[in-house]
Amino acid sequence: MTTRTIEVAVLARVEGEGALTLVLDGATVVDAKLKLFEPPRLFEALMRGRACTEAPDITARICGICPVAYEMSSCHAVEDALGVSVGGALRELRRLLYCGEWIESHVLHMVMLHAPDFLGFPDAMTLAKHHPERVRGSLRIKKAGNAIVATLGGREIHPVNVKVGGFYRAPRRAELAALLPDLRAARAEAEETLAWLATFEFPTFERDYELVSLRHPTEYPMNEGRLVSTKGLDIDVHDFGAHIHEHQVAHSTALQAQIVGRGSYQSGPLARFVQNADRLSPGAAAAAARVGLDPSCRNPFRMLLVRGVETIYALDEAIRIIEAYAPPAESCVPLVMRAGTGHAVTEAPRGILYHRYVLDEAGIVQDAQIAPPTSQNQRGIEEDLLAMGPMLASLSLEAATRRAEHAIRNYDPCISCSTHFLTLRFEQLGTP
Amino acid sequence: MARPKLAVWKFASCDGCQLSLLDCEDELLAVAEAIDIAYFPEATSHVDPGPYDLSLVEGSITTPHDAERIREIRALSTTLITIGACATSGGIQALRNFRDHAEMMAAVYARPDYIDTLATSTAIAHHIPVDFELRGCPIDKRQLLEVVSAYLHGRKPNVRAHSTCIECKMRGTVCVMVAKGQPCLGPVTHAGCGALCPTFTRGCYGCFGPSDAPQTRPLGERLIALGTTRAEVRRLFSTFNAAAEPFLEEAKRHDD
Repeated sequence: MTTRTIEVAVLARVEGEGALTLVLDGATVVDAKLKLFEPPRLFEALMRGRACTEAPDITARICGICPVAYEMSSCHAVEDALGVSVGGALRELRRLLYCGEWIESHVLHMVMLHAPDFLGFPDAMTLAKHHPERVRGSLRIKKAGNAIVATLGGREIHPVNVKVGGFYRAPRRAELAALLPDLRAARAEAEETLAWLATFEFPTFERDYELVSLRHPTEYPMNEGRLVSTKGLDIDVHDFGAHIHEHQVAHSTALQAQIVGRGSYQSGPLARFVQNADRLSPGAAAAAARVGLDPSCRNPFRMLLVRGVETIYALDEAIRIIEAYAPPAESCVPLVMRAGTGHAVTEAPRGILYHRYVLDEAGIVQDAQIAPPTSQNQRGIEEDLLAMGPMLASLSLEAATRRAEHAIRNYDPCISCSTHFLTLRFEQLGTP
Repeated sequence: MARPKLAVWKFASCDGCQLSLLDCEDELLAVAEAIDIAYFPEATSHVDPGPYDLSLVEGSITTPHDAERIREIRALSTTLITIGACATSGGIQALRNFRDHAEMMAAVYARPDYIDTLATSTAIAHHIPVDFELRGCPIDKRQLLEVVSAYLHGRKPNVRAHSTCIECKMRGTVCVMVAKGQPCLGPVTHAGCGALCPTFTRGCYGCFGPSDAPQTRPLGERLIALGTTRAEVRRLFSTFNAAAEPFLEEAKRHDD
């Protein structure tokens, strides 16, 4: 019997830390466990007893990569509980802030974390020696995204200007307009970046996923919409808990999520694109067509390209919002505390982020539930690895390990989010 | 001369402080030329086993395993700098220090017994000697570049420990507490952010932790005089630096 075992101390180029155990018997993966053992930080417990207005600042600290997503889901959920809705320019500003985060997060992942997998480099610094213009160009795109977040939110990480009901201060027109030249330049660079990414070799792999995303009547989804799937899910976000159950597994500090009666699902860029390609800007739709992406895509490796398309979309959308921006009369809608339960789902760069808060009559949080995208995607990532047996069996141990890591990174897993140290363990059980 | 070796380590945290390094879009490639990024798993698969000239440590100690790991990292590092509120004060997750840990675990996990975690979240300096602590939730990336540059050149970092209030005055921002009666922790909070919140007409919420010699008691009294409730004052001091002694004491003074 031949047993091949690979151990990589830390899975690199992901946010946060975790481990993988993969047991291969011939061409069959008999066990795949993505272990997320980042120390738990117990946010849901420590939200109890806090004022609901503190939710955006506190939950932003779950993730330094996508703090805006936490700020958005928490604001919408608390507003839902308080019976408040935010429209007009304030709603557009929220969307603009989310565009900034999508841009910086997607470019960070595409070029600095994931592209090295396709080209066999350890990191973006090495990549920069071979493709200096592509790396410098992508850093300029990332900077333009971060500049949106910093201008509107105060700083790139844990922005300070977001509050339940809107913003502390609405930006002046000129402040936002100053972002336009760099955003337009970034828009052109994003086209070039996507064309370069499309020259990469994509492993042949597909799975019959249940893809879950928001769907909005008119927009590519960010802050609002119904929760829909490629297998018939179509629910109001208030019913999230009735259809999606989180459960604990022994090998992870993150809770795994499954759709009741069906099992795992995937959310994120692929799910959004497949279900909302008709809502892209004309420029982003054309870019998708140029790189051969259409809603029939089920290859998770090609999610790299979807991020490129979404980056172009987010740039188009940011430019549109800024060009049309007229400052709101008030930076925030008034809030009146009351008892109630509120729910929200928004589209974080990595997928759907659900928050639920139960408030007492003074607006103090009695109970909180937060389902981050990576914990929702975790089971599906394991299933990808289970299905990759034939692909892995033909590869050397070293190449198979790299391919498995690459497959995990398709999902841009944010392990800090899902609360969690990644050691990759790969065992191959051969026949005698 | 060999380039100095840099290592970046993570404990319980949100990844935001180490991300600050990757957010240095204009300087990142120059930094990577000047120093050897020997260990930085968020950015590279390349692993140099050390020892390292400079270690940046993000996050707090919350597990028995991590309490051991930080000692090994100290032994491998010539200079060790902690970055961010989690590493310098225990972070938001230090709120667990003052609550029933079993009850909190049960609130999140169906099987708390699967999880190996300590009842406290503590700063890195609580476990090992630290050469410099850079504050902030998150840290400011300009300060990070200054600290890394200073240590690589063998000089003291130019990082001031005065209050955010002074930064705000230097910036010429109208005082949100005097002019609008808003609760603001600027008078007792460590400088470094550039007094950001008041420029958004919002009071400082203390994410850089206590400044040098913070007069928290008179501030607490002033907040009450402005009509802030005791519970609000307690919560204001109990966020991202809740376990930092001056903030902890002031929060306790407003405990009911």
